[in-house]
Amino acid sequence: MATETKNDAAPQAVASIIVAAMIGAAIYGAFIWAPTEKTMGFLQRIFYFHAASGEVMLLAFCVVFIGNIGYLMRRKPEWDWLATSGVEVGLVFNTISLVTGPIWAKPAWGIWWDWDARLTSTFVLWILYISYLLLRRLIENPEKRAVVSAVFGVFAFLDVPLVYFSIWWWRTQHPPPLIFKSGGLSPEMLKVFLFSMAALSALMVMMIWRRYKLESLRHSVEELRIEAEYQNEGGAK
Amino acid sequence: MKRPAQSVGLTRATCTVFAKELRVEFRSFELLTSTIVFALIVVFVFSFAFNPSPADSRRFGAGFLWIALLFASSLMLQPSFTRERTNDTLAALVLAPIDPFAIIAGKLFANFFFLVCVELILLPAFSVLYNVPLLGVIGPLAGVMLLGTFGIATVGTVFAAISSQARMRELLLPLLLLPALVPLLIACTGATMGLLGETAELPFSWLAVMICFDLIFFTAAWLFGGFLLEE
Repeated sequence: MATETKNDAAPQAVASIIVAAMIGAAIYGAFIWAPTEKTMGFLQRIFYFHAASGEVMLLAFCVVFIGNIGYLMRRKPEWDWLATSGVEVGLVFNTISLVTGPIWAKPAWGIWWDWDARLTSTFVLWILYISYLLLRRLIENPEKRAVVSAVFGVFAFLDVPLVYFSIWWWRTQHPPPLIFKSGGLSPEMLKVFLFSMAALSALMVMMIWRRYKLESLRHSVEELRIEAEYQNEGGAK
Repeated sequence: MKRPAQSVGLTRATCTVFAKELRVEFRSFELLTSTIVFALIVVFVFSFAFNPSPADSRRFGAGFLWIALLFASSLMLQPSFTRERTNDTLAALVLAPIDPFAIIAGKLFANFFFLVCVELILLPAFSVLYNVPLLGVIGPLAGVMLLGTFGIATVGTVFAAISSQARMRELLLPLLLLPALVPLLIACTGATMGLLGETAELPFSWLAVMICFDLIFFTAAWLFGGFLLEE
């Protein structure tokens, strides 16, 4: 097990450097290279990270869903590690989009928060996946924890489109996505947006990868602990 | 573990579990009485907190009603699994040669039945306390209440099975359940508000959301609910 971790160190270091460079380039693109938007001014630049983290959050929660279904079908702990890594990383991006949203909304709309479809569904997602983590902490048996949280994860994921559409019918104020339509973003802005989305996605993949490794190490430590306890008990007899 | 051949069909097994749940409850009426009293208290307390005029009642009454039901159900659903723990009777149920979904479905329909009983008391009380006439819209309102209650019972029963396996389960169920029921709450409140309004019309978009919610989660409970009963 130890050698396996050692072998992983070099690719992880390379990946970290690449991701750091991409994030640096995205920051440069968003704050310096991209042109300033006419009506919103400098404020609009937060959008490159705000909207991109919203998209990356959805990707991470898709990974969680795949992990959940994978575990229920195959019953291999690796799927559970993938799901739990996805939830934690997804929540980071979820929090980023929830925090950057009001920073933009206050000057643009004049209010910190509005109960519109995307804001509210992002908030509901945040609560649902926080509950997911809470649920995991409250169950000790690893197999039971994996099954129960996988079922909850599936229900939470199925809830997402329902939450979104119900709130959308209820009321909506969020600017509709104009990214790929004419009259939306200028070509430079689009490039920066796509690049920062790629950079944040790469960051997400790396964080999930690292978190997954951590979970697998935890698993081996737990196995070693049980084995040692078993041997101690055998020795005592 | 490979399950033995199922000697009893799903429908019959579901009916048996359903009848058993009703029999257990009707021996004491503990769950029903406490839930009804709790729901009435919530509706009652709202009137102190908001002091609504008749116009306010028409506008916000639907919200009071559904929040009272939601809170009451988050309390009521938990015992459907936890009271099996006292004598470890859930293990005995799981060992029966039936489809594990029958256990979930039996409890789901029983919870649905109990919630409908709560509504039968809550609705007239609400109508009197808030001066909202319900008789004129009783048919469509019953449809909305049944669809909404079925959604609450479906997700609630599965989440009660989930939270019953964790520590602090009484606290955990509302935490899991309330955010997941947000779309249903919006749809139920929207539909009920439409019925209580001046024109008393039923918005079909909200009905569609409720039907979708019920279908999606009942199918999910059918596909994945059985996993929660593994020992």
